[in-house]
Amino acid sequence: MKALLSNTYLKILGVGFFLLLLAYLSYASLVFGIVETSWHTAIDAFTQFNGTNEHIVIKEVRVPRVLNALAVGMCLGIAGTLLQALTRNPIADVELFGLNAGAAFFVVVAITFFGISSLTQFTWIAFLGSAVSGVVVYLLGSLGRDGMTPVKLTLAGAAITALAASARHGMMVLNEKSVDEVLFWLSGSVGGRKLEFLTAVFPYMIVAWIIAFLLARPIQTLLMGDDVAKGLGQRTMMVKLAAGATIVLLSGSSVAVAGPIGFVGLVTPHLARFLVGIETRWVMLYSGLLGAALLLAADIGARFVAKPAEVPIGVMTALIGIPFFIYVARKGLDKG
Amino acid sequence: MKGYLTLRPGKRLSSFHLHRKSIWVTVAAAIATLAVAVISLGMGEMKVSPLDVLKVLIGMGDEQNTLLVQQFRMPRVVVGMLVGASLAGAGAIMQGVVRNPLAAPDILGVSGGASVAAVAFLLFFETVSIKWLPPVAFLGATLIMFLLYALAWKKGVTPLRLVLIGVGIKIAASAVVTMLIMFSPFLLQNKAILWLTGSIYGVSWADARMILPWTIGLLLLAALMARRVNIQQLGDDISMSVGSTVQRDRFFLLLICAALTGTAVSVGGEIGFVALLAPHIAKQLIGPSFGSALPLSAFIGALIVLIADLIARMAFTPIDVPVGVFTSAVGAPFFIYLLYRNRNR
Repeated sequence: MKALLSNTYLKILGVGFFLLLLAYLSYASLVFGIVETSWHTAIDAFTQFNGTNEHIVIKEVRVPRVLNALAVGMCLGIAGTLLQALTRNPIADVELFGLNAGAAFFVVVAITFFGISSLTQFTWIAFLGSAVSGVVVYLLGSLGRDGMTPVKLTLAGAAITALAASARHGMMVLNEKSVDEVLFWLSGSVGGRKLEFLTAVFPYMIVAWIIAFLLARPIQTLLMGDDVAKGLGQRTMMVKLAAGATIVLLSGSSVAVAGPIGFVGLVTPHLARFLVGIETRWVMLYSGLLGAALLLAADIGARFVAKPAEVPIGVMTALIGIPFFIYVARKGLDKG
Repeated sequence: MKGYLTLRPGKRLSSFHLHRKSIWVTVAAAIATLAVAVISLGMGEMKVSPLDVLKVLIGMGDEQNTLLVQQFRMPRVVVGMLVGASLAGAGAIMQGVVRNPLAAPDILGVSGGASVAAVAFLLFFETVSIKWLPPVAFLGATLIMFLLYALAWKKGVTPLRLVLIGVGIKIAASAVVTMLIMFSPFLLQNKAILWLTGSIYGVSWADARMILPWTIGLLLLAALMARRVNIQQLGDDISMSVGSTVQRDRFFLLLICAALTGTAVSVGGEIGFVALLAPHIAKQLIGPSFGSALPLSAFIGALIVLIADLIARMAFTPIDVPVGVFTSAVGAPFFIYLLYRNRNR
């Protein structure tokens, strides 16, 4: 397939366009919502803060929300690219593979049994949860003579998700005190989170982004097949492990900030490949930008679909992502 | 024909072969179900001995026990059995038609469709009689079934594509249910969340009466189709060449499957993995012939739900854990095992 943006000049221009789009969406996300405000109020909130409702809403609610959506969207988009490259599977996603469910399960266990409530601990537990479930799904999906196939991975992911979800439900019923805390985690939302959540994990995100872009070139080689990559002198195991660890960092930190949000990472790599072709570095960058844009847009949409209630953003992204999933499942699997 | 019992009522008109082992295994399963039901009726905050429960059942118990057993505990046990039997029947049909050991209505999102319809019905048609809930859930299940079939259709339906797209549809259905819950008043929210895990907490005789005719009727209908399911299991080519109307039969069978799923979901919500487990256990015990596997699956399904519900009720008293938690806790590892066993298919 020929990419839409075929030369480097156009690709850089495209990045500029997406940055503008992100700026516009951020503006829209700041201003629109249950409390309608205007651009002037938004600026005033920073320059001449006067303690009115609108100013408080913008500073305490909307700004964290925008930043969360941007950071988490970026993480999910990049994680999706890595995951699809690593498993050579067009329908790979952190939600489908049970990474989100695993992280949520571990957090619930931590709250219920160990009474843990500090933020940094949550983050590490979420990392651990997505790592464990990721490894289990990967192993289950690679069983059998024909190696890893999309179907086996998806089914293994579904089974692990069901298992983690039922155990989680059970614990939540048993320990009613934890329900409130946990429901907050499980709803999957970029709103209602204080900025501290983001600042606590932001360093990890930065590290993960940098590693991801450093990995882009080795992964490009790996995509040609294990044998070719080995023949070219690559230590494939190291690359795979590094990519796996990065995925865990990315998905774990986005779960820590926003709870389980699926399907962003499924959709964006496909769109990115459509735009810039197969070069992994560009795909990763575009997928990250697209992820941020998608999540911001979904978040704005979530405020208006069920006004005055808010739909969890995970529901919005699932509803956007599933038709796409079905499309890819119908189209893409006949080849592989 | 060793191991078979031949019946020829009316000497000439008809004859049946009955598999001896199937008969006694099924009878044993039925007795086990009854025994667990009696024990379950006796367990709770106030214990009633199994003997007293039996007395109540034949109408000779004392007043307090009668009230306790008949009014408070029996509806739950009866509904549990009916729901389990419906789910198991639906699973048996689906595994026969799709010819995939991993297929089950809850894994493919058919139960999800039923709960979308049921939650929407409870939400938007509050004033309409609750009697219409099973047909509505059935409608939802049927629509999802056809959607699934249509989406998976690409010069025929391959079982793997069906399963893959089913997983997607399941996730979409639960997203829609979550969305509907957001719209609903607070009182319904709690019930709807229970729905997603599957629970038979707080059911009444009205619920039991509501689904009884559906469960019995549909299972009988499925039993009448047994011959056709057996042929379907051989594959499209063979069944066509022996004169079976493959596509029409498949359509009717999937319709019955959707109806059974809807029946179960309308009262119990999405009780996971029963529809997967029961037929597998039945086939392990007596082999794949549908005519004998169906009744045995139904009893085993009832037994699974009863035992799971008993544990859910008793293990953490006074808290009532949704029964779906336990069925999934057993079913999901079994699903992983099936995945492992079918790894080279």
